[in-house]
Amino acid sequence: MANTQALCSAFKLDLLLGKHALHGTGVPARTISTADTYKAALYLASATYDATTTGYSATGEVGNSGSYTAGGPTVTWIAPAKTAGSASNGSSTTYTTLAANVQVTTFSATAFDAVLIYNDTVSGKPAVSVHTFGSQTITSGTFTLTMPTNDSSTGLVRLT
Amino acid sequence: MEESDLEKRTGQVDNDVECTTWVEYWFEGELVHRSAHVHLKRGIEFGLEAADFN
Repeated sequence: MANTQALCSAFKLDLLLGKHALHGTGVPARTISTADTYKAALYLASATYDATTTGYSATGEVGNSGSYTAGGPTVTWIAPAKTAGSASNGSSTTYTTLAANVQVTTFSATAFDAVLIYNDTVSGKPAVSVHTFGSQTITSGTFTLTMPTNDSSTGLVRLT
Repeated sequence: MEESDLEKRTGQVDNDVECTTWVEYWFEGELVHRSAHVHLKRGIEFGLEAADFN
């Protein structure tokens, strides 16, 4: 047998399940026994949401219309999974995707191109990820955002 | 307005990021309805690794 330097595959999965708090600074005082509530907010192409985004903000968000209200619709995640991996770090991927499409009906908005997925339970509504697409305008219609296939190659959020 | 009075237009974009389709209805030169379906092809990958002790 031999030891192999690696970031444990289980750690990547456990991060998504909230099992770790590597430091006490900024850790909310709470007991986690159920999944947090997440939401998907849509943003105008003129907004600036990117890797530096720390949490939900109404700045640049599309306006209330039809079934869309400030903050966006609630979304749920497919249970995170990981590939088997190996003794080395490189081959294990932890992944998850939203469980259903994001859909807004009877909706009107001009030139929006991003969705922010964020935690609506924790103080500060911390951000998870920003996903962009071609700028869309919806007029008294339906906007549907379909998720990619939930696997280790295309899952919405993947940790390698 | 009757549905027969409406002009229907459709479109599609297919690239590495998304496959998007849309449908528009126009009445007398004015857009009265537009719906779109964006299908994301892939999400975001984050790399994590453990470094050496030096």
